[in-house]
Amino acid sequence: MLSDRRPILLANARIVDPSRDLDFAGDLLIADGVIRDAKRGIHAAGVPEGTEIVDCNGRVVAPGLVDMRAFIGEPGAEYRETLASASQAAAAGGVTTIVCQPDTDPVIDDPAIVDFVMRRARDTAIVHVQPMGALTKGLAGRELAELGLLKAAGAVAFTDGAKSVTNAQVMRRALTYAGDFDALVVHHTEDPDLISDGVMNEGEFAARLGLFGIPKAAETVILERDVRLVGLTRARYHAASITCAESLAVLRRAKEAGLPVTAAASVNHLTLNEIDIGAYRTFFKVSPPLRRDEDRVALIEALSEGLLDVVMSDHNPQDVETKRLPFAEAAPGAIGLETMLAAALRLVHNGQMTLPALLKAMSTRPAELLGLQAGTLKAGSVADVIVADIDEPWVLDPDKLKSKCKNTPFDEARLQGRVLRTIVAGRTVFEYAA
Amino acid sequence: MNIVPKTSFVLSHRHLLGIEGLSADDIVGLLDLADEYVDLNRQIEKKRASLRGRTIINLFFEASTRTQASFELAGKRLGADVMNMAVGNSSVKKGETLIDTAMTLNAMHPDILVVRHHSSGAVALLAQKVDGSVINAGDGAHEHPTQALLDALTIRRNKGSIENLTVTICGDILHSRVARSNIILLNTLGARVRVVAPSTLLPPGIERFGVEVSRDMREGLKGADIVMMLRLQRERMNGSFVPSTQEYFHYYGLDQKKLSYAKPDALVMHPGPMNRGVEIDSAVADGAQSLIREQVEMGVAVRMAVLEALSRNLPNA
Repeated sequence: MLSDRRPILLANARIVDPSRDLDFAGDLLIADGVIRDAKRGIHAAGVPEGTEIVDCNGRVVAPGLVDMRAFIGEPGAEYRETLASASQAAAAGGVTTIVCQPDTDPVIDDPAIVDFVMRRARDTAIVHVQPMGALTKGLAGRELAELGLLKAAGAVAFTDGAKSVTNAQVMRRALTYAGDFDALVVHHTEDPDLISDGVMNEGEFAARLGLFGIPKAAETVILERDVRLVGLTRARYHAASITCAESLAVLRRAKEAGLPVTAAASVNHLTLNEIDIGAYRTFFKVSPPLRRDEDRVALIEALSEGLLDVVMSDHNPQDVETKRLPFAEAAPGAIGLETMLAAALRLVHNGQMTLPALLKAMSTRPAELLGLQAGTLKAGSVADVIVADIDEPWVLDPDKLKSKCKNTPFDEARLQGRVLRTIVAGRTVFEYAA
Repeated sequence: MNIVPKTSFVLSHRHLLGIEGLSADDIVGLLDLADEYVDLNRQIEKKRASLRGRTIINLFFEASTRTQASFELAGKRLGADVMNMAVGNSSVKKGETLIDTAMTLNAMHPDILVVRHHSSGAVALLAQKVDGSVINAGDGAHEHPTQALLDALTIRRNKGSIENLTVTICGDILHSRVARSNIILLNTLGARVRVVAPSTLLPPGIERFGVEVSRDMREGLKGADIVMMLRLQRERMNGSFVPSTQEYFHYYGLDQKKLSYAKPDALVMHPGPMNRGVEIDSAVADGAQSLIREQVEMGVAVRMAVLEALSRNLPNA
């Protein structure tokens, strides 16, 4: 495998390093799995013998993406996705670190399961995989999981996945205890009682479809409560997936009060809205639900001003058996690892935000929140790097996706921007073949 | 035996999945055709031959006596072979999916499938997978187009026209496919539509459906030509959406006093089955202003019209 690790020079690139607010034309040299340097004129000055020289022709070189929310079926639902298949999809999408969620079977609420996932990833995955641990045992929302031991085993944050902890006392104790370990608590903010029979955003469109709605208050009630509890505990808290303007107001107040609160939105919520559901298209059924376009636009504005910290894929593979059903009966979720960059680039192409700001929310910020050595092109850091043509137009063919499930809401969508090469720890794990 | 309806109307759709998407001409065409069947159905010889050789499958994922009987009779009177399948208690419980059921039945070459399902959009999903025509006999809280058509026929025969009438729909709008189909149809034909219900039984966004919304029967019934009552499901009566049947009847149950707020010649309708003493008082249900039994008669005629109009589109027709 030595040939895999020969030095690589990415020459004549547009180098974007959001960790240092750099965006310049230059070269980037990788050797021994780390970034040696990124500056103008490395090529001219000479590179080590045997270096693979890639002429980037002005294309973008950036840190590999860190996807903070991906649901993967291993262990327990390998027919949906394995760490291996997810990592293939991730590599093709420019994601060099997958942060997988603990709602596996068994749940990642035991240090041995963290260990299992990390070993399986080491042996089968072609990108980095960092597991989140459960916040409560069995994700049941009642008893604290072994946060300390899980963290020591390698869990990068704690969450109950797609479930909210409804008991405020449990949440308070979880935050308090997590604070002792400086652990990040990541929370899905949706009150299940307010969701009730709801399957999409509440409002006129749901009423017309005869589907029961999920009010935005299901999200804001939990988020608002959590912010109060963070005020009490001062623990580091991250809202896993927020969807509406009202939540942004809560987030803004929390940040202005100096609380250690951050938040993410999924690529789906930044690029789609409830109208995309059309005639009961279950690939657009996600949790939390797609909202109105005003909310989508508000999320984009919040992202571009830095109020929203992170953009994630919310990758959630569902097969035909769970999707080819009446809308209310279908499972929520959409795959996204492979499309997150191309889909999010719509915001850049529409002039709604700059490329460095977008890449920051998809690499530097999540790496900072999780304490990962990633999301930067600084000399000496691990060489997780992508080369991307951000302008190339293409039409998504679901059959070509590497994920085991094809439940993409971007089915046959026109996208602009493609990952050409993905490098993980100095090794090229994906190269686009036209 | 072969008195053929004079109306040569052909529905410009392969399926009837909802009132949404039908033009005023489509609706009027169906009502005109149904009008003829009303007269034919009152004769001793009721059987036609226009659907002879055709197979209709009534596929009911949700139990229904009335609608299923009405469709069965309609199909038989047109000469079709009608098969009833109550799926709720067979293959679905064995884990078969809706699509599998559709594919299985499709292999038997039915010409028309009449489908009721408890989930909104399920009938449209099934329609994508079959070769024949599909009629929505009610999908979740979405649509029940033949109910809206039979209501319209009943109104038209009693009031002459639907345009400019004030129609008040009262009760559980939130869960009602009958309400949705009626609101769309009545608006399409130019009626003024009101809905009256406690706010817990109104879908958020209802005010954008082109209806006037009221929480008070006196206000909502004022000047109404038609009062359409909806059924309140038993599981929603006690505490979850309204506190009790007593309180519901007190504020929203249609009795003679509340009916007096409407026009003196107002007519009362109900899609059935009724909860007497919950949403409607027996004296009103059986009274002179009630059209409830006539609705049932119109149901058969309307379903014959829908079957006939769709079959005219079928291959080899």
